[in-house]
Amino acid sequence: MPDAKGPDHIFQGALTKGEILLPKCEDCGAYHFFPRVLCPHCHGTAISWKQATGKGRVHTTTVVRRKPERGGDYNVCVVELDEGVRMMSRVEGIAPGEVAIDMAVTAFVGEAEGAPAVLFKPSEG
Amino acid sequence: MTAELRGKSAIVGTGHAGFGEAHGLTAYDVMAQSALAALGDAGLKLSDVDGLFCTMMEDSMPALMAAEYLGIQPRLIDGTMSGGSSFVNYLTSATMALDAGLCAVALIVYGSNQRTASGRLVTASRPPAHEAPYNPRYPISAYAMAAARHMHEYGTTREQLADVAVAARAWAQHNPEAFERGPLTREDVLGARMVGDPLTVRDCCLVTDGGGAIVLVRADRARDFPKAPVYVLGSAAESSHRQISQMKDFTVTAARDSGARAFAAAGVTAADIQAVELYDAFTINTILFLEDLGFCAKGEGGAFVEGGRIAPGGVLPVNTNGGGLSCVHPGMYGIFTVIEAARQIRGDAPGIQLRDVDLALAHGNGGVLSSQVTAILGSQNTL
Repeated sequence: MPDAKGPDHIFQGALTKGEILLPKCEDCGAYHFFPRVLCPHCHGTAISWKQATGKGRVHTTTVVRRKPERGGDYNVCVVELDEGVRMMSRVEGIAPGEVAIDMAVTAFVGEAEGAPAVLFKPSEG
Repeated sequence: MTAELRGKSAIVGTGHAGFGEAHGLTAYDVMAQSALAALGDAGLKLSDVDGLFCTMMEDSMPALMAAEYLGIQPRLIDGTMSGGSSFVNYLTSATMALDAGLCAVALIVYGSNQRTASGRLVTASRPPAHEAPYNPRYPISAYAMAAARHMHEYGTTREQLADVAVAARAWAQHNPEAFERGPLTREDVLGARMVGDPLTVRDCCLVTDGGGAIVLVRADRARDFPKAPVYVLGSAAESSHRQISQMKDFTVTAARDSGARAFAAAGVTAADIQAVELYDAFTINTILFLEDLGFCAKGEGGAFVEGGRIAPGGVLPVNTNGGGLSCVHPGMYGIFTVIEAARQIRGDAPGIQLRDVDLALAHGNGGVLSSQVTAILGSQNTL
């Protein structure tokens, strides 16, 4: 079928519309990331898609050091979302070295390498 | 491998080539020179090899390329690619193959020219699709994030990380085969260029050329060779993830499982090990593996390595050749943990030779703390 879509297409397609969808297993109820055709927890294959809360915490973080003339330092981190899944990303809006483990962050759809991507900013309040 | 395979195979030859800079040579040239060196050490010829265990950083069919280059037609090849741990992993498959009679002479071999070819880490693997857009510097960002988490949970300090590099250099200073032999202090490591917080360039392994090779035969004929045989008493692997974002606990590696099973197969414990050779791609690795293999408790690795405790004259000899941090690191270092462990047991270590080593441990790491493989090697006295 020409309009058939795999898990990655569904995830990326949502991002192009500014939405963050997460795969959830209908059998065991657990979320997972990255998108797959099966649940890595119970190995069920009934996968549905849910709107992400976008709330999470920085699980670990680093600063990639880069010369200023090549764009300067930037953050790379792993965020754990409230849904229990982790993803690599970066926190924007603060200096890369200010990103700290356990910091509360909120997801938004930004751009990375010219394509829509999940990025984070520090949560307010 | 199970206890039934304990001592069923033996290393009868080790060799290496192209340490440091191998100008004008390809990765396969260095591989072949390493193979010749190990076979010469064993008193064997290339035409004796009927089992080939090889992977390289280039090509998708490196074992076939290596067999073709060497002009051999092996009846058994294993090119399983689990990163730098592959070569420790081959000890298991080679032992099984030898024991089952599938081959008589097993050659484990690797070569790389990554320093003179490009000056940076060469890798044939593509960045994972869901990590690549964020431009992690592969692999250092992954190890930096593991270090950050260890510091957060256990209070491990940059000074303790630095002491791992200082200890490795202290061993390397006695090893004429080591690439970096100049003095190195804790302050040098801390003050070096930061490349991925909290790791400076001195927390990172070298980028060198080099290759290594190991020849194994069945134990019942191992005493017919020129060098004292080194027996494979136990080896075991465990894989936990591929992408660092998928690592369940950034402070606990699968070495906990690979180590426990290797020790069980060998019938020994961490306290029995006289020389510890760990894949130290980054300073955090040594701390993680010492904890996970049971040389100290989880979270105590920082204190365990502090102030020269794993340096020459310390409480535990770790990475006695200088490791990937100071001796050699040609893209994948795993094979050199086995070679140094074997040489310490044989009594012909290139640097500091420890006294009367009967039991040594070699531990390989692959990917981004993804694949862990532990091997216990022993002398004739341990059979």
